[in-house]
Amino acid sequence: MTDINLKKKSLEYRKTILEIIFRSGAGHTGGSLSCVDILNVLYNSVMDISPENFSKIDRDHYIQSKGHSVEALYTVLCDCGFYQREDLDTLNEFNSHFIGHPTKKIPGIEHNTGALGHGLSVAVGLALGLKKDKKKHRVFTLLGDGELSEGSVWEAATSASKYNLDNLIVIIDRNKLQITGGTEEVNPIEPLSDKFESFGFNVQEVDGNSIESLLNTFENIPFQEDMPNMIIANTIKGAGISFIENQVSWHHKVPTQEEFNLAIQELEENLKNA
Amino acid sequence: MPNTLGKPNLEIFADTLLTEAKKNSKIIVVTSDSRGSGKLVPFGKELPQQIVEVGIAEQNLVGISAGLSASGKKVFAVSPASFLTARSLEQIKADIAYSDQPVCLVGISAGISYGQLGSTHHSIHDFAVMRCINNMTIVAPADNFETSEVIKQAVNYNHPLYIRYGKKPMLDIHSNKTQFQIGKAIIIEEGEDVALIATGETVQRAFLASQILKENNINSTIVSMHTIKPFDSETFLNIAKKSKVIVSIEEHSEFGGLGEQCASLLAQNQINTNFKIIGIPDEYMVNGSQSDVLDHYNMSPEKIAKITKSLID
Repeated sequence: MTDINLKKKSLEYRKTILEIIFRSGAGHTGGSLSCVDILNVLYNSVMDISPENFSKIDRDHYIQSKGHSVEALYTVLCDCGFYQREDLDTLNEFNSHFIGHPTKKIPGIEHNTGALGHGLSVAVGLALGLKKDKKKHRVFTLLGDGELSEGSVWEAATSASKYNLDNLIVIIDRNKLQITGGTEEVNPIEPLSDKFESFGFNVQEVDGNSIESLLNTFENIPFQEDMPNMIIANTIKGAGISFIENQVSWHHKVPTQEEFNLAIQELEENLKNA
Repeated sequence: MPNTLGKPNLEIFADTLLTEAKKNSKIIVVTSDSRGSGKLVPFGKELPQQIVEVGIAEQNLVGISAGLSASGKKVFAVSPASFLTARSLEQIKADIAYSDQPVCLVGISAGISYGQLGSTHHSIHDFAVMRCINNMTIVAPADNFETSEVIKQAVNYNHPLYIRYGKKPMLDIHSNKTQFQIGKAIIIEEGEDVALIATGETVQRAFLASQILKENNINSTIVSMHTIKPFDSETFLNIAKKSKVIVSIEEHSEFGGLGEQCASLLAQNQINTNFKIIGIPDEYMVNGSQSDVLDHYNMSPEKIAKITKSLID
């Protein structure tokens, strides 16, 4: 898919994210907006995953460790044809499987997440299983930066390196904010790149809200044979909506009618100019 | 009924799993520096491609097991029961049970197998915490036969399963004709006076208690309630309706395990009988060998017999 089409998709995805959060009255607005460009590029240009091959092991795999940004994932999976928009519009309704964290009840989702610090271990196990069977497919996992305070992340990192998992691609949504405030104030995680390098990862940094940068970076996977891949995606929490960007309060804030209208207007103008 | 001394269930587990894994390359064992404790050194030597070692990191043990399972492997995650079911409880809940990964979690040296190593190493909480996790099956095999059978059945069990056992040699309490099925209690002997409901390695203590009772002309029904969940309520209630006295025995806290499951069924089915839970009480535990501690907490055959008899009198 061309860059321009992907850029348009990112704007459309942002509209959908806001619509479903506004409609359902709950959601993780900031984090969904920070990671949606990553998901866009992964699902539309990088990963071999589709509704047709999803039931098979022989495909790429994706585990969203930062499960709370599920509105971005739901939106992209819907666009990829895993289900209809009317299904997605049941988000948070009684008895809907579309809830605030990903579950395998949703077509296209392969692991239940939500409790933080779990996804990397699961992705390591999956990548290890594929490698043992000499399969060429890869495992992608998206972690939040606040999540990196969980000790289990670092347990998993040691195993990724021990087993030379070059088929594992870990992406950090480095939006630098968490629910309480800045990640470096709450519990510092820098120097992040050095930390993961010392744990045996090949680390690349990228502008995680730039389609071009993401495409260029994913093109070079694996970065190095026998080493797990780490992409620190520098993003903006709330990216794409001027008044939501970089605001701690938008972690899981739901837009008012007025804010919703303003956000949609901003996105539509950007779509016109795209 | 044979009652010769067999091997530790731990050894039977390791031998059975090695035999199964040689036939089935999908079987993967994951250990957390626990292959020695789990008697899995021969497994690691014979099938190095089928063992994954994560080091002392139980959360990672369970998470990686979930991922390996998602890749199509049949995973046995092996770690001391105390750490497996406490340190990694959230991974068990989210990555195994909620995600319905058919991983077999194997809690070795369960209960108070570690004796003098103290409460950090004891698992008297595991039935309770695992019982209230949805979609979790819990099995505590009594003897070598039950252990071997549950491991063989675990290979084809398509949902999360937790198995716990200890490391002392166990009496062979079953005859050759016994059938083992996960979820189906085994009636070892039927007697009209009292019912002794035990699980795991306390079954042999119940069995020995029944012999003491027999010398006093008291005939016992002895049940190996190896599956704690899903509980075989039907068998239990059939026995309960015929029994004036019921005693449950478990190497676990009095809270949240076999005894309270039995009590709940008795109460909810309006069965008014003399019932007693024998387990570990809520206190700072005494120190000693597994055997001494179990004896102290009323699980010696003599004390089980005495308590049972007191409920008749």
